[in-house]
Amino acid sequence: MKIYTSKVDTDSARVVVADDMFLTKDMPTAAGSKMLDGYMSLFDAEVLTRLSDKGYVLGGKADVGEFAFDLIGETSYNGAVISDGKLTTASAEILKAGEAMATLNMDVNGSTRRAAAQNGLVSIKPTYGTVSRYGTVPVACSGETVSVTSTTADSCREILDAIAGHDDKDGTSLPTASCEKVKSAPAIRRVAILTSMTKGADADVLAKLDSVKAALTANGVEVCEIDNEVIPTARVAWNILMSAELCNNVSRYDGVKYGYRAQSFSNIDELYTNSRTEAFGELLKSTILFGSETLSTDNYMKVYDKALRIRRVIVEAFAKIFESFDAILMPACSALAYTEADIKENKYLVFEENFYTAPASITGLPAVVFGGAQMVGRSFSEMALLDLAKTCEKEGK
Amino acid sequence: MRYETVIGLEVHVELATKSKIFCSCSAHSFGAEPNDHVCPACCGMPGMLPVVNRRVVDYGMKAGLMLNCHINRTTTFDKKSYYYPDLPAAYQTTQWFAPVAVNGLVEIETSKGKKNVRIKQIHMEEDAGKLVHDIREDTTHVDFNRTSVPLIEIVSQPDLSSAEEVEAYLERLKMLLRYAKVAECEMAHGTMRCDVNLSVRPEGSDKLGVRTEMKNMNSVEAIKRAIEYETARHIDALENGTEVLVQETRRWDDIKGKSFAMRTKETAGDYRYFPDPNVMPVVIDDEWFESISATLPEFPEVKKARYTEELGLGEYDADQLTKSIALCECFETAYEACGSAKDAANWMISEVMSILNARKMTYDMLDINGRALGELIVLVSSGKVGRANGKKILAAMFDDNTILPEKYAEANGFIVSNDTGLIEKTVKAAIEADPKAVSDYKSGKEKAIMSIFGKCMKELRGNCDPQVLRKILIDTINNM
Ligand SMILES: [Zn+2]
Repeated sequence: MKIYTSKVDTDSARVVVADDMFLTKDMPTAAGSKMLDGYMSLFDAEVLTRLSDKGYVLGGKADVGEFAFDLIGETSYNGAVISDGKLTTASAEILKAGEAMATLNMDVNGSTRRAAAQNGLVSIKPTYGTVSRYGTVPVACSGETVSVTSTTADSCREILDAIAGHDDKDGTSLPTASCEKVKSAPAIRRVAILTSMTKGADADVLAKLDSVKAALTANGVEVCEIDNEVIPTARVAWNILMSAELCNNVSRYDGVKYGYRAQSFSNIDELYTNSRTEAFGELLKSTILFGSETLSTDNYMKVYDKALRIRRVIVEAFAKIFESFDAILMPACSALAYTEADIKENKYLVFEENFYTAPASITGLPAVVFGGAQMVGRSFSEMALLDLAKTCEKEGK
Repeated sequence: MRYETVIGLEVHVELATKSKIFCSCSAHSFGAEPNDHVCPACCGMPGMLPVVNRRVVDYGMKAGLMLNCHINRTTTFDKKSYYYPDLPAAYQTTQWFAPVAVNGLVEIETSKGKKNVRIKQIHMEEDAGKLVHDIREDTTHVDFNRTSVPLIEIVSQPDLSSAEEVEAYLERLKMLLRYAKVAECEMAHGTMRCDVNLSVRPEGSDKLGVRTEMKNMNSVEAIKRAIEYETARHIDALENGTEVLVQETRRWDDIKGKSFAMRTKETAGDYRYFPDPNVMPVVIDDEWFESISATLPEFPEVKKARYTEELGLGEYDADQLTKSIALCECFETAYEACGSAKDAANWMISEVMSILNARKMTYDMLDINGRALGELIVLVSSGKVGRANGKKILAAMFDDNTILPEKYAEANGFIVSNDTGLIEKTVKAAIEADPKAVSDYKSGKEKAIMSIFGKCMKELRGNCDPQVLRKILIDTINNM
């Protein structure tokens, strides 16, 4: 759950809790991995500095799945978080308990969005490049973003506004002129439901989608069903890109400089192998192997380069839809709860469930989760998406 | 059968930027304590993001232009993965898909004449750290000072065919990159490193033989020895079947004078290159490109031609001066200040270069103020300061490049005196002290007065026109 707590007297209206993917000088950062157990960073994540400069208080850090790319936090070396028999994330539980006004999450592979959808929370994944990733544990750098989750759209907006903007320390951070575009994004008037992206969603999820649709319509937003065959391929391409980047990013954890080091080894190769074998979990190891394969000389053009090309095709497909629509409504997950049994049955479930989250991850488009559904908008439309979420919140009450 | 050697080189050159390629740590660690110039970024700690040092791209572009390359206006960085303790993030950021410069040409000259060597590409990358083995403790320490220091790798086509050509090529690279002031290129300092790809084939054949790559040569001499050894080994294998040649990486052992195959474990491996998502493609727009091409120096040949044709210098003088950009710049500024190219060249070659040689400094280490040298030349040629004292001033300028020659001459009493009374007094005293020299002179040994002349000059601390002194000395003796 909340694995490190700072003693704060402030009431929770100014308290933010960060996933244990954000590096902190005063608290350890383990990123859910035994490899980084007790790791103390020499610097704070940029977003945390910005929050504290604006008078917010870091109330502590929430445990995450190992490197935060799993289904819903189940791979943490501290074990899964289970509430009322269903799997959940530490940060979602903290929000539901009212211990923080918002949480900062790393949306690496959608777990944050799944947890928000399943727990009735609002989560905003901003446009890639508008929020600095400086000081976050890197996993899938080409698509991961800092995201904000809360019980209300207003709190998400408040925190996102406090952390967004250009940062010189992040080479992928967009210039100020681009970051400013979020302030002038037009309101969302026309929304498309992609029927191909509702595939596999159960009745509960479809019901959530229907009630969001009803709320939108009630507020004068036009909702149409359309189809698209390209966007559903995002999952396969994203799994390749994400795994390759993850494999590369976690290769720095070799037991030489910091982090877990195996007790017994007789040469440098054994030091690497034993440390990583002992400290890394199953899902991570499988993903490293898969990612490594996609980058081999034999596979690069056939697999990795193709995934890069699919990414461009998907970006174009979205652009085409955005010529006629302001946003796209789709599920964030196939079911409103995952159980331990689901994971036992298929420990790679995340690589299927990210069918719903991969389109926004691979394109860097902003996405908001509210009312148990997900809405993906044009670049820089995050505030407009939150406005709509707020309108629908009122409708729901 | 006659054979020919086919050689291609991969030359790593450390760029002389102040800071490292992706962080603000100093790139110069000579004399620093291990791990003095490191930060979380160049130590590969999680959470730091690379931010490209624009100066590195400037220098990479300059190097490309000096080697007549095409500059890729959109150049990208890629990750190369391998495990080694001196590589803290277990990947090196390099350029694999779109290097900064491609398709260049370098002209070399050997005893066989001129020849063009094609450059395949120049890519920018970060250096790795250093492992320090402690034999007493049987442990290995790692020093990350060198990690992320910017390098360029210059990859040639297999256009070289002898040790002599390789030497000429390396000398040419060194000269061009030093002219552009982008690199030191000193093999002894590790700022230039070279891998040699070599194969042998029957003369006239258009098929390439089995290629071996040699590493670990620390000097041009070692490279030449390695090439000669490896060529002989290949020919021996082809002629006499002494061994079967395989494509492999070999380590040159300069003490044993032999190359050895490296363990496959050290060389095998798939580097799994892929575009670094944290470094956005670097787009070189026209403005940036022009700002770099505008600062390119004249090529050595162009300078030499200008020195002989426009400034009227002799071939030898022009040759000497163009050996280093530092000499050229000092000469050109001195010439501007003194107005005489011949005087400036004369001082550069007979005085400045001999001080450099005497102090065992390379020409590139020249760090005197060229304008001050020009002023000094005027002081001496106008007779205000004697040549011998002029040399003393120059030596002082080597120790302190802020010295103003005229002020220094005044402060040290080096200004030539026109006081003939003082000279006559000095001459009289010297003559009285050495009557033997006077009588020798009077009896026809003209050289006998040289010792008196010398003593007078010393007494006057060099501050008198030698012609005037000579005249007064002879007149005084003759009038005795
Ligand atoms: Zn550094």
